[in-house]
This record gives sequence, C-alpha cells and structure tokens, in this order.
Amino acid sequence: MSILTYIFGLPLLAALALIFVPRERGVIIRTIAVLATLVSALLAVKMFAQFVPGTDGYQFEQQVPWVTSLGISYHVGVDGLNVGLILMGAIVAFAAVCCAWEIKTREKEFYILLLTMAGGILGAFASLDLFFFYFLHELALVPTFIMIGVWGHGERKNYATFQISLYLNLGALITLIGLIALYLQSGANTFDLPKIIEHAQVNPFSVNAQHFIFPLLLFGFGILVSLWPFHSWAPLGYASAPTPTAMLHAGVLKKFGLYGLIRIALPLLPQAAQSWMSVLAVLCLGNILYVGWVAMRQKDLNLLIGNSSVAHMGFIFLGIASLNLIGVTGAVVIMVAHGFLVALSFALNGYIYQQTGTLKISALGGLCRQLPFIGTALLLAAMAGCGLPGFANFVGEATVFFGAWQVFPWVTVLALWGALLIGGIYMTRAIRGVLHGPLPEQWKNLSDAGHLWRKLPYALLLAGLLLFGFVPKLLTDKIYPDADKIVKLATAAPVGETLLPAGPADGASVPAPAADALPQTKLENRN
Amino acid sequence: MNASLMTLELCVIGLGLALLLADFWTPAGRKKYLAYTAIAALGGLLIVSFSDNEVYSLFGGAFINDALAIFFKRLFLMAAILVLFIAAEFSSRIAAAASEYYSLILFALAGMLLAASANDFVMLFVSLELITITFYVLVSFQRSQIASLEAGVKYLILSALSSAFLIFGIALVWGTTGEMNFTRLAAVAPQFVESKIFLLGVLLVMVGLGFKIAAFPFQIWAPDVYQGAPTPTTAFLAIGSKAAGFVLLLRVLFTAIPSVTAHGANLLIIISGLTILYGNLGALPQRNLKRLLGYSSISHAGFMLLGVAALSVNGQAAVLYYLAGYLFTVLAAFAVIAIVMNNLDNADISGLAGLNRRSPLLAATLAIAMVSLAGIPPLAGFFGKFLLLKAVLEQGPAHPAYYCLAFTALVGVAISLYYYFGVVRAIYWSQDVADLSPIQLSVPAKVFIWLAIAGIFWLGLFPNTVWNLALGAVQPLGI
Repeated sequence: MSILTYIFGLPLLAALALIFVPRERGVIIRTIAVLATLVSALLAVKMFAQFVPGTDGYQFEQQVPWVTSLGISYHVGVDGLNVGLILMGAIVAFAAVCCAWEIKTREKEFYILLLTMAGGILGAFASLDLFFFYFLHELALVPTFIMIGVWGHGERKNYATFQISLYLNLGALITLIGLIALYLQSGANTFDLPKIIEHAQVNPFSVNAQHFIFPLLLFGFGILVSLWPFHSWAPLGYASAPTPTAMLHAGVLKKFGLYGLIRIALPLLPQAAQSWMSVLAVLCLGNILYVGWVAMRQKDLNLLIGNSSVAHMGFIFLGIASLNLIGVTGAVVIMVAHGFLVALSFALNGYIYQQTGTLKISALGGLCRQLPFIGTALLLAAMAGCGLPGFANFVGEATVFFGAWQVFPWVTVLALWGALLIGGIYMTRAIRGVLHGPLPEQWKNLSDAGHLWRKLPYALLLAGLLLFGFVPKLLTDKIYPDADKIVKLATAAPVGETLLPAGPADGASVPAPAADALPQTKLENRN
Repeated sequence: MNASLMTLELCVIGLGLALLLADFWTPAGRKKYLAYTAIAALGGLLIVSFSDNEVYSLFGGAFINDALAIFFKRLFLMAAILVLFIAAEFSSRIAAAASEYYSLILFALAGMLLAASANDFVMLFVSLELITITFYVLVSFQRSQIASLEAGVKYLILSALSSAFLIFGIALVWGTTGEMNFTRLAAVAPQFVESKIFLLGVLLVMVGLGFKIAAFPFQIWAPDVYQGAPTPTTAFLAIGSKAAGFVLLLRVLFTAIPSVTAHGANLLIIISGLTILYGNLGALPQRNLKRLLGYSSISHAGFMLLGVAALSVNGQAAVLYYLAGYLFTVLAAFAVIAIVMNNLDNADISGLAGLNRRSPLLAATLAIAMVSLAGIPPLAGFFGKFLLLKAVLEQGPAHPAYYCLAFTALVGVAISLYYYFGVVRAIYWSQDVADLSPIQLSVPAKVFIWLAIAGIFWLGLFPNTVWNLALGAVQPLGI
C-alpha cells in the first residue's frame, strides 16, 4: 500500500474508531485524534523527504479498480504539484487538532468531524481519479457546515452557516457537472486523470466542448476558492467557525479548487484556458484590490484575516492566469505558504478569542505585554501576510509577479499595490490595535500559551513558513518540473482544430524561461 | 400453461392466506411472531430467487420473467421484509388487527411481483389494482385516527381517478392498435405515432403511472397520504409502490412504445425537472417529518425520472441503482420514525429532539439516512445521483435541454441539503429537550437497523455488484 493511503487513511480510521469510544473518555478521544494526525503528518514529512523531483510520472502510486464498468479506480499518487500541499495539509491538520482543546462541548462529535475533514481533504489532494477527487472533497466539505453550525460563535452564526453551505454546495455541484462532462467528452471511458490526459494528447477535446466545460470548472472551483465576486461566504464563515475548522478549511480545503484548476482544467482544456485567462486575471484583481480594500475597513480581527485570506487567493489566481512556468510555480508555492499562514492566523485569533471573548480590534490593545509568545507569533504572521521577505509567502508572491508581468503587465502593477500597500496597511493597523498601545484594565490577567504543548501548533506552522521562506528550493525544485508539464500542455497549440481568434492571453504562449534556470533566478531574488 | 412457473407469486399469496388462518390460533400477545414468520419465509424466497435466473414467459407473453423482472422481484422482496420489520415494531398501535395488516402487506407484495413481470396492459392493470386496493386498506388502517382516515379517503378518491384514466388510456391504445401485449404493440406502434387517439391513450396511461410514482402534476396526494398513513404503510408506499410504478413505466416506455418514447424526450425532461423542483421546494417549510419525506419522495421520483428521460441504457440502469439505494435509505428513516414516534400523535420534527441521547444508534441511523437522501458521499444516495447526472449529461451533446435538466437537478440537490440537514440538526442540536427517556430497542429492530445501515454504506462504497446487476437487468428493455 502506498504511503499516501496511510496519510489520509489514518485520520479517517481514527474518526471511525472514535465512534466506538464512550463520550466520557475525553482524554482517550483527544489522544486518538492527536496521534492519528501526528503519525499522518510524520508520514507526510517522510514522503516529502523521499520525493525525487523531476522524475517522470507519479510517485508513491497505488491503483485498485473500484467500479470497472464505469472506469472508476482508487488511484493515488504525488508529483510536484501536490507533494507540498499534502505535507502542508497534514501539518495543518495536526495543528488544528492540537488547537481543538478549546472545544468543550460534544468533543467526541467534534473530533470525528474534524478527522473526517482532514482525512477527506488529504485524500482529495492525493487522488488521481476524478471520481475520488470529488468524492473525498465532498466528504471533507460537509463536516465544515456542521461544525460551523454547531460549535461556531458570533451573532450571525446561523446566517453564516446557511450562506457557506449554499455557496460551497453549489460550487461543488457545478464542479461535479464539469467533471462528469469532462469524463463524457474525453471518450476515454475512465475517470483516471493520467489516462484522460494521455488520451487527450491524441484526441484533444473539441474547442466547443472546452468552452462549455471550462467555465463550469472555473466557476465551480472558483466558488470553492472564494473567487471574486463569489467570495462573500468566506470572511463571515471563517469568523463564525470554530478555530480548528477555520484553520483546516481556509488553510487546506480551500486549496482544492486551485489545485483542481491547475491539475485538471489547464492541461485538459488548453484552448478554453487560454481564452479565459484574461477574464481570470481581471477577476483576481477583484480579490486583491476590492477585498483588500474591504479588509482595511474591518473592525473585527477574524473578519480582517478572513478578508485578507480571500485577497491572497487573488495572487494565486494571478499566477494561474499567467499560464507560464514561473507564474504557475509561484501559485503552487503560495498555496502551500498561505495554508500555513492562514492556519496560523486563525489559530492565534482563536487563542485571543478564547482568552478575551472578543476579537473587536477597538476592545483589544497592548496584548503583547500579557501574551509575549502569542503576540510575537501574531506579529510574524502579519508580516508574512503583507509579504515580507523571509516568509514563504514572499517567495510565492514575488514569483507570481515575475510570471504575470510577462503576460498582464497592468494587472501586475495594480496587484502589486494590493500586495504591498493595502496588505501593509491593514496588517500593521491590526497589529497596532491589538498588540500595542495601552493595555485595557480587563485584560491584565490574561495568560500566555503556557507549556510547550500549547505552543507547538503555532511553532510548527511558523516553522513551515520560515523554512520555505529561507529555503524555497525545497519546494520549487519539486514543483517546477511538473508545473512545466502542465504549462506545456496548457499552452499547446490546438491539434487538428481551427485556431482560436487571438485573445489577450496569447501572450501566454511566450516561451517560458528554460526550466532549470528557474531556481537560480529565485534564489538570487531571495538573497 | 404451467402455473408452477409463477411459484414466487403463488407462494407469497399462500403465505398471506396462511397468516390470516394462523391468526385464529395465535394468542393476542404473540401476533408479532407472525410477522417474524413471514419475514423468515420471505427471506427464504429471496435466497431461492438468487438461484433461479431462468427467463420465460407465460399466458401468451402477458407474464414475463426476464432479468428486469428478477431484479425488481428481489427489490420488492427485500422491501417487504424490511417493511414487515417496521410493522412488527409498530404492531402495538394496530394491535386489533395486526395479522391482517401483515397479510395485506403480503398481498400488496404479490401485486408488485406481478407488476415486475407484467408485459401486457391487462397484467399491468390487474397488478396495479392489486397494489392499490390493498393500499386503500393499509393507508386507513388506524381507524381511530382522523388523519389516517383522511389519508385513506384522499388516496381512495385520487387513486380511483387515476385508475380510471389508466383504463381509459388502455382502452384507447387497444382500440387503435388492437394489441394489449407490449412486445407485439412495439411492432405495430410505429404505424400509429401520428394517430391522435393513440397518443392520447399513451398519455392517459402515463397519467395512471405518474400517479403511482408521484410525479408532477400527479403528486398532490403524496404529502397528505404520507403524513396520515401508518408509518409502515408510508414506508411501503415510498419504496414498493414507487418502484412498481417505475418498473411499469420502464416497460411501457421502452418495451411497448419505444417509437413514441423516442419523440417524448421533451415531455419527460419537463416533467422530471418540475417534479424535482416541486418536491424540493415543497419540502422546505415542512415541520412534520412524514410530510417532509412525502415531499422528498416526490423529489426523488423526479431524480429517478432523470434516468428515464435520458432514454439510454445507462439512464435506465441508474434508475434501478437509485431505487436500490433508496430502498435502504428510506426504510431506515421510516423505521426510526416508527420506533421513536410510536407514542407521539404527530411526527413533528421537534419530536426528534434529544434523540442523540435517548438512543445514539437510532440518531445515527436517521442522520445517515438523511445524509444519504441528500446525496452526500460515501453513502448510497450519492452514487445514485452521480449515475443519474452522468446519464443525463451523456445525452447533452445530442439535445441541449438535457443540460438545463442537469442544472435543475443541481438546484434541487442544493435546496434539499437545507431541509435534510434541518432534520440532522433537530436530532443532535435541539436546545429544549422535553423527553430524555432512553429508548429500548428489540433485537429484531437492531438487526433491521444494522442491515439498513450496511446496505446504505455498501451501495455507496462498493457499487460494482449492484451496478452490474442493474446494467444486466435493463438489457431486455431495448434502446
């Protein structure tokens, strides 16, 4: 059995096992959950270390037929695109379980749902079969709604639950239609992604079919990733969600849509992708500028982080829209970096909320004095959020801008404003309001994250950010050979089809710099 | 003619009569055991049915035992077994005539078994009437309850009306073509596709069948009858009567009049879409669980019509698969309702409050059933919906209306999540809980529930076997 099966199977198994543990045994329940995710995270680290970049095909592959007459098989495997995501997902899942100690009611159900969510999404990232890809994501999605509805907080909890369920289900269902259409149009009679891609090399999708399927995938996945203007579920949903749920959803689950776009939509539907990318580039400005603007006006720390996480999705979309090696590599780097970052931010917010019972920026202040560890971590997270060098986000964002500049110079100029100025403003404002200034009387006896165990999740997530910030080569070396394959497929000229009218995205076919030149360029930028 | 070839049907009828006789010698406190005897006997028949795959026809082709009939017969036997479990749990409320209730279920089952084999309009009508007339009694069985009587009257009037339409339609079809047998009708039907009277006859037959499956616009009876009828009856209506309607619909559309059906795609698409929307929108404001499931059953009829409307082998097989999943799911839900709400006069959703603490197993069962009805992986409902959607999208390139239909289905699924999760919410997260007395489960009830849960997961996780069975079963239909 592949190591991947263990990585996502362990949390699912643990969820199953928890059903049979009596609810009074809180300690056993927590221990099982922590152990399962810890082992899963360690295995993910092992897999990441053993991954050999640049080899052909997928690694740690496993394939078992499931429904032969429909061409569905259980097929897992990693290449450069998902190896980092699975590592990040497994670590965030462990951190989220560690942060779940704040849940005091109905612990058993909470851990079952949290583990299902973690296992489901890790499995979705590992799947190379379209059916399981969707199936496991849906399995992870549903617990989110239940957790927000039951353990969430804030006055608008019910509205948030309703909104997020409606939006995300609709997004998922549109994606499902797109995936089934893809299966039917491919004519390969299989849900196996590598086989479909192989089949499409010889019999590419007709341009008509591409133009029908691509929007389904773009907007279906887009809704799941909070693409502007379908983003309004995200800030409120995260603000109302219990901390571990927000960490796992914003950090890991949301990357599913982006991953799907890169993994499925780009290589299979190249002509449609090329003509839709200019639209995506404009929409991503909505994320970066408009939502960034909205984030500046937030008075609640959770809403601010929620909005800023939506804004960050814009950079990833911009990287994808650039359709070149540098842009797509950068997009994948941000996906990993943002997972660590947003999980860290929500974990810290959760800690502050748990201590103070409020996240209103005006009610807080001077917390750095009482909470030196949490305060410092929050400061670092904010710095990472505005894209300071030294954090993985900088690497990704800078790379995306280099990539996008070749294709959409004006969009890049505007996006840079969003990254440097708007992000800087709201992050520093939040830091000033929360950590500095006079300490209100009622917060005099707050206690910092005490022992090592409490500090561990924050430290782990910070370590991820810093590690990939200082040694991005660890990540980029693995990503670019496979990103190169995707980009080559996505920018391929139509075979046997009439050429599309020249669109603005035609700039994308500007040959990308030689693949092996990339890491060096990046390291020079870094140092 | 060899009557021994109808052994299955005769055995079921004989079993029903035997139960009625056995009632004389069974003390009042032991009537439950009659149900368990019947379950054991039906279980035996079910096992025997797996060894008997012979294809043959009787009565000059009016009764046919092909793969499709065999598939549905197993489905009906399974449904009747599970319904009898529910009825046994429910027996305290129908104590006065419990054994009549059991034997009526068996007679309805005999009607369904005949319907699965019907290959002739006479057989179709007779089997449907056998089902319908037994259901008149089953629906109004709780004579002391106004709601049950009201449901019985509504079912009687509307059902009789639909039977009248059906027989009128049959008369018109026979009058124009001179054929009653489906196979022979298929041969002559192409000459009559222009005949208005023939088409009117077909349409009226569709009205009769549409009533059975509760498709729009013949769905109006479903919520009231589901709400008022005794819970085991509702369960049997939801799966047995609906499945009988579907097997007859498939036979008529694809065996008897394929030449007409080929032109009827638009009508089927519209009916399917409207049924989905009506069922789901109607279910939104419901507070009564049985009424909610009544509306939900309308929406599921709409989903299954997707597969019929697709006019393809994959669509037909998807309908069969969906029915198999629906069987376990809906019966699990009604079993929980029968047990939990045994002492409540109305099945209001608030009655589920605190179920989580009263009986975790029942709570989990109902939650799983709701999630499966909503079509969430890894349960049976998801794979069924997936197959149906796939079948519809397959036809998209030929006829763009199918894309609209797929989107309608999507909207329906999205709406349905809301009310299904409302039920889950009531089970686990009600604020004010009045009654916290634990619910004791009898051993047969536990067996039943684990069986149903296993079925739901089995069809969701290991679809291979049943899907291949379903594909094999629709081969005789053609298209």
